Amino acid sequence: MTDFVLHPGLVLMLGALLIPFFSGWQRTVIQLALPLFALALVWQIADGPVYQVHYLDHVLTPLQGDKLSRLFATIFALMAFGGGLFALRQTSRLEVPAAYGYAGAAIGVALAGDLITMFVFWEVMAIGSTLVLWSHVSASTEKAAYRYLMMHLLGGVILFAGIVGYINETGQVAFTGMQTDSVSTWLILAGILVNAGAPPFSAWLPDAYPEASWSGTVFLSAFTTKTAVYTLIRGFPGNEVLIWIGLFMVFYGIIYALLENDMRRILAYSIINQVGFMVAGIGIGTELALNGAAAHAFTHIIYKALLLMSAGSVLMMTGRRKCSELGGLFHTMPLTTVCASIGALAISSFPLTSGFISKSMVSQAAADGHLFWVWLLMTAASAGVFLHAGIKFPWFVFFQKDSGLRPAEPPASMRWAMVFMAVLCIGLGVWPEPLYALLPYAVDYVPYTGSHVIAQLQLLLFSGLAFFVLLNFLKRTLTITLDTDWLWRRLLPAIVSILTRITQSPLARLAQWQTRSRQHLLTGIHRLMSADSALARTWSLAVMALCVLVLLFVELVLFGA
Amino acid sequence: MKDNTPMNKPSHWLDRPPNHRKLWIGFWLVLAATVAAQWWWPVYGHFSVESFFGFNALYGFGVCALMIGVAKGAALWLKRPDTYYDDTHD
Repeated sequence: MTDFVLHPGLVLMLGALLIPFFSGWQRTVIQLALPLFALALVWQIADGPVYQVHYLDHVLTPLQGDKLSRLFATIFALMAFGGGLFALRQTSRLEVPAAYGYAGAAIGVALAGDLITMFVFWEVMAIGSTLVLWSHVSASTEKAAYRYLMMHLLGGVILFAGIVGYINETGQVAFTGMQTDSVSTWLILAGILVNAGAPPFSAWLPDAYPEASWSGTVFLSAFTTKTAVYTLIRGFPGNEVLIWIGLFMVFYGIIYALLENDMRRILAYSIINQVGFMVAGIGIGTELALNGAAAHAFTHIIYKALLLMSAGSVLMMTGRRKCSELGGLFHTMPLTTVCASIGALAISSFPLTSGFISKSMVSQAAADGHLFWVWLLMTAASAGVFLHAGIKFPWFVFFQKDSGLRPAEPPASMRWAMVFMAVLCIGLGVWPEPLYALLPYAVDYVPYTGSHVIAQLQLLLFSGLAFFVLLNFLKRTLTITLDTDWLWRRLLPAIVSILTRITQSPLARLAQWQTRSRQHLLTGIHRLMSADSALARTWSLAVMALCVLVLLFVELVLFGA
Repeated sequence: MKDNTPMNKPSHWLDRPPNHRKLWIGFWLVLAATVAAQWWWPVYGHFSVESFFGFNALYGFGVCALMIGVAKGAALWLKRPDTYYDDTHD
């Protein structure tokens, strides 16, 4: 046990509840100070359990530190600060508190020493992120938020089933490395992969994230997929299936982003693409690969936030989000254009940006492991990143044709947030040693060699050439591309509708037969019993005498014989 | 906050077509320089294919063209109007 420290995640979550009760400079101070306080607390946590509690028959460790935990908790707190700064002008009183609750829960996952604590924070994240979505009031957001919540509750149920099975089988709750040798561990892996945006449920991400507010998407981009990456690094390093899942995600993200017209959906697909690199690195599982995956998660959070901040600024100032309606914004939004371009260069792993010093570790790990095809596919995907996000996003939004829009730059707080993230993108790219020092394993990797820089520049600049040469094939249209969410938005409702019709028709026929039978019965009774029916009407004396005579004759025959 | 009115200011240098040609020339020069640089800083790697002259340039261009082709092919099957989901109660 180490010295007692307040839980940084809980501090952020509980502190967030204060924000709605303040306004003006007081709210600004609280909003900016809370994540920084949480960050300071993260760095008070030494290696090992900080405190433990008994729950049922288990010893839980709600707060535990090591290099991997601190790395992710650090970037989550830093991201909360950057997002909070960007969202200072957000008028919703729900969004930022919900986002801080969400960030605090992500820190809670990163610092959880056991599976039960991890699961509790995992579910709080689902609620917090849904509230971030719901805080933006629009019809499409409400529906997307429901679908998002359903998907994450499904993932949570799968994860919970796996955790219960794992604890039952092994008798331990500690969150350590696992082998996929039982149904339980497969379920845990599947539950985590849902949050990572892995197939077949990947469509939840581009479906939901772009529906949040101009600032909400910035928060959403950072935590869910990256806590999944953290849990995969801790739980399933070196699991080969992750290499192929990761590579699928990488190319899936590129192809869909190439076809997309909505600027924030382009960036949402590129999240899946980038997480794919991390997942593949975790699958490779060497120290260099795991360092690469962790470092890439760290740098990705920063440059993706920067890209989404620039997209959020455009959305706020123009009210438009489709590439086909944008263009030429560099005229009046030069700072936003520069910041977006820095983010675009960083995601493309250009030398002197943060992506270069992190993603290349994963590719190098594939090469060191003699995984030729994995390396070749990752290299292709690196070129594809520049194509789908590095050029496409800034080109269609800020350059291409002149849309005639002349929006002003966003408010100062948003500009400062973008500058802060842009400085981090360049700073980490130029001076990677501080980040390397935070990584879980000792780093023996030199990103800046003449060979590496030349190879990367060739790869990226010629992929840029392909973009401009084939630009006619990339022109934006008012279309969407069907994704796996079609399965639960169209196919599943159609199947339910057909089944309802099929099961309803025999029941309807039975109901019709019942109605007809009842009517026949009533008509028959009426015919016999009504005032002018055969039984009820007044008969003549002669007929009655004849009836009595017939009855007496029948009796004589039957009983007199 | 929104100011979407076009302005009648003189166009930016990036808007003038003659400058586009200059930008293209500059881009080609940079491309050539990155390949030529391999004479002075040989590219070496774990796999022998990395050392081929201009491998990354050719590979980068080729795979990007392929990905655009695949995306266009997928679009024939998967593209829909962006109002596709508007009438559903999903």
